[in-house]
Amino acid sequence: MTWEPPRVALLWCPDWPVTAAAQHAKLPVDAAIALVSNGVVHASSAAARVEGIRRGLRLREAQARHPELAVLDYDAALDNRAFEPIITALESLVPGVQVLRPGLCAVRVRGAARYYGGELSAGLFLAGRADDEGAGGARVGIADGIFTADQAARRTGAQGKDTVHVVAAGHSADFLAPLGIGLLDDQQGPEGAAAIVTLLRRLGIRTLGDFAALPADDVTARFGSTGARLHALASGRDSWPVTPRTPPRDLDVTVDFEPALERVDQVAFGVRAAAERFILDITAAKLVCTAIRVELDSDSGELSERVWLHPRSFTAGDVVDRVRWQLQGSGEVGLSSGITRVLVSPDAVDAIGNHESGLWGQGPDERIHHGLSRVQSMLGHGAVLMPGVGGGRTLRDRQQFVAWGDRLVGDRPAEQPWPGQLPTPLPGTVFSPRHPVHVFSGSGDSVSVDERGALSATPAMFSATGTPSRTLTAWAGPWPIDERWWSEDATNAWRFQAVDETGCAWLLVLDAGGWWAEARYD
Amino acid sequence: MFEYGVMTPAAATLDSAEHAVESSAPGRVAELQARIRSMQATKLDSKLIPTHPAIAGLLPGGGLQQGAAYSIDSSAMLLMTLLAAPSAAGSWCAVVGIPEFGVEAAGHAGVDLDRLVLVPRPAEQWLTVTAAIADVMSIVVTRPPKRATDSSVARLAARLRQRGTTLLVLGSWPQTEAMLSLSQSTWHGIGDGHGHLSSREVTITVTSRMTGRPRSTRLWLPDTGAVVRRAETLVDDTRRYGT
Repeated sequence: MTWEPPRVALLWCPDWPVTAAAQHAKLPVDAAIALVSNGVVHASSAAARVEGIRRGLRLREAQARHPELAVLDYDAALDNRAFEPIITALESLVPGVQVLRPGLCAVRVRGAARYYGGELSAGLFLAGRADDEGAGGARVGIADGIFTADQAARRTGAQGKDTVHVVAAGHSADFLAPLGIGLLDDQQGPEGAAAIVTLLRRLGIRTLGDFAALPADDVTARFGSTGARLHALASGRDSWPVTPRTPPRDLDVTVDFEPALERVDQVAFGVRAAAERFILDITAAKLVCTAIRVELDSDSGELSERVWLHPRSFTAGDVVDRVRWQLQGSGEVGLSSGITRVLVSPDAVDAIGNHESGLWGQGPDERIHHGLSRVQSMLGHGAVLMPGVGGGRTLRDRQQFVAWGDRLVGDRPAEQPWPGQLPTPLPGTVFSPRHPVHVFSGSGDSVSVDERGALSATPAMFSATGTPSRTLTAWAGPWPIDERWWSEDATNAWRFQAVDETGCAWLLVLDAGGWWAEARYD
Repeated sequence: MFEYGVMTPAAATLDSAEHAVESSAPGRVAELQARIRSMQATKLDSKLIPTHPAIAGLLPGGGLQQGAAYSIDSSAMLLMTLLAAPSAAGSWCAVVGIPEFGVEAAGHAGVDLDRLVLVPRPAEQWLTVTAAIADVMSIVVTRPPKRATDSSVARLAARLRQRGTTLLVLGSWPQTEAMLSLSQSTWHGIGDGHGHLSSREVTITVTSRMTGRPRSTRLWLPDTGAVVRRAETLVDDTRRYGT
């Protein structure tokens, strides 16, 4: 009895990250698109590649090569999320789909080939189904084993029957023989493959056929188990079976409103039952939810989408609160018409065992969270803030606030030097917004600073609008703040410290808009 | 079995009391009143929370008490100095209705920002929010938006006593344990167009209905090393013996 490798159909969506991002950003797929991560191009569309924009190119260089390039941020989570409907569609046709990476998945083709009357028609059917779900030109390679099928998929064309390439059973070795040895060293390859491939090249072995011609025992003796595995791949004897994924449970809940609801409390009431069901489903799956994604569709086609985090785990009441806050918050940004649909999906889940409260309780943090959540449900999500200190030169730049339960994202680290920041001691009262004031010299003239930093007169008193003026007993300055001259939010101001006759000290700022009291040392 | 030669402690006390009465009656009355006062604490089990040592001695009872309210006369630095010790000891602090609270200065004063919560604009629901937060936090700082009604103050005071939460009020407040105010503030390090603010000396006065006479001390708030400590000269003495 001879062993036969499994017949595998491999579905490949070329440029999947670009396709997914273009669909999300509602751009045409044939536009020149580049996905950028860490300042370099991560993936580019076919139109962009024509202009010479390739992976690894710096963003500035890419934009210079093609000024109309649409630049989007690369989001690995979006890749996965957008691929999910395609996998679900394939699972409805063929049982057992293995996802190799977003845009690439393998299925066992034997049953499908029998059902659809041949491997070619099964492959065409799979590619067509994937295209219906927005795969954007899926290709299928069918061969013995995943590796050979992958190579077959790379040798497909863009049109018609060319989108499927079938390597007949037992002909894998012939198909692979002329291909370059470098194919063994790709992202899916076993560990240590790169070193072996380099060595093989230096030994004069340049194609897979040359490598496969070596005796298997000698390869194992020289290169160990990794070498033996690569040798098996090169000779078309890929022994790894397709490992199908377990389809995840669908935990999303959707509530449709017909007719559309105009009032926040109506929507919140309508969502209540669904929120209960959502939490029950999650609990039944032995999970707890620590982040949810709420999508609101309105009558006029607007979509409001937001991820809400929870410091502990969501209860049904919390979910309803988040929906309500999102409705209240979106009132400001123009979600004007009635709500037709609410979708709640879990964004991050955790095993329920990690969140079980101990017999001795969870300490004071749980109490504090409940208390603060109560205040949030009274005043809104953004009313309860946790403070933090970030980088910057002005006091208002340096203090950061994040709503209770959210994560602090500071793009400017505080530990860097920030020359030009205030010396200690710092003022305990930071006005927000700043108070407009007038600063006068002894003769009653308004004090100004010329572009070289020279004062027009010695400041002697200042007054806020509508308050009696305060005499200054001591003052110091002006200290220049000249920030971000290259951007629109450039700051060009002079800073003063002043002490009034009551012994209270002030931080005064003079900028293009006049004098401001920025903070008080009290 | 019984040794008559040894005097029981109770008898000894009586005996010494007799001697004291003989010596001076008014002094004796004052001493007894002091003992009664010290035994009649204002609250049944008033526990102290950690307080900055430079200020603790001025406060009635020798520190901030759980479940009590203190009024602070518009000084954010003094407020942060009071918050620092309990915050460093692990208490959660909340600041309600003070949008201009300087977060970085609080961090420098020693307040742990990971255990600080701000509710800058409670608007109309100020009392409800303060009460809800007082349920879970050890220290609540607040500034009443307008004069609070007596009944609401009494309700909040009962809530504070029950939960053992200390309330620090910026501004006036009807039922305070003590009122802390600042005067004679002198800044050092800044001149007429030169230098910068580096240290400050202030007189801090604590007025309390328990102790009667206001107690004052001269304080560095802060000194050049950003530390809050007592200044050497005492204002009390100058007031008594000067002019």
